[in-house]
Amino acid sequence: MAKFHAAGIRPVAISVDLPEVSRDLCEKAGYTFTFLSDPKAEVIRRYDLVHAGQGINGQDIARPAEFLLDSSGTVRWVNLTENYWVRARPEQILDVANALR
Amino acid sequence: MEIRKFNWQIWVGFLLSVVAFLSYPSVFVRWPITRDFPWANLLLFGVAAVLLFVGVRRAFSPDRRLRSKIAASILTIFSFLVLGFFVFSIFVASKWLPASHGAPQIGQQAPDFTLADTSEKPMSLSDLLRAPINAKAASINPRGVLLIFYRGYW
Repeated sequence: MAKFHAAGIRPVAISVDLPEVSRDLCEKAGYTFTFLSDPKAEVIRRYDLVHAGQGINGQDIARPAEFLLDSSGTVRWVNLTENYWVRARPEQILDVANALR
Repeated sequence: MEIRKFNWQIWVGFLLSVVAFLSYPSVFVRWPITRDFPWANLLLFGVAAVLLFVGVRRAFSPDRRLRSKIAASILTIFSFLVLGFFVFSIFVASKWLPASHGAPQIGQQAPDFTLADTSEKPMSLSDLLRAPINAKAASINPRGVLLIFYRGYW
């Protein structure tokens, strides 16, 4: 994660988890980057990333997805995995990040 | 009572198939090389299959009791069900994801939003794009933001 910061990239994690759930996660796992809470999946819906009814009580949750934005907020790289076990690798993202200007 | 040697191949084969299944989400997802394709788990299933094959042959040798043959058959069937469920959940069910055709694409502006962070403080995307990053005591302006949407723990 320090590598992302060193590359000038701010990682921001977004899920339907409540702030206190994410706080527990950060404390346990030692994450120091920003976690945002979207309990009603409003932003997730705006980004068309809703995976309907997949939560434990049938809530709508986010499908895994990563977006790299440049400092103007323009999308420069997207990963919409087709298999939720397969995620983007940090090195892949860092390569793109280092090419940003 | 006549002592028969314990048919360990059957039991180890069965347990190994369960381990092969459970070790994917608990162990092998940690490394991309064993995560992107579950070859380590399929290898374990392969070893389990060999043990089961040996065990079944042993169970069906004439000197063994009917109970041994039944147990061997049941454990083998269960092992194959475990393998079937593994293949289904890793290769089939995991691809049931929404198409997300409306997601922001390369070159598009990411829609702004405001959400609460872990200290319940509202954060907007424009704040996140502007606020300096504290990396090793030095404050640098962000060159970009990586948005990571994840399923969460609900």
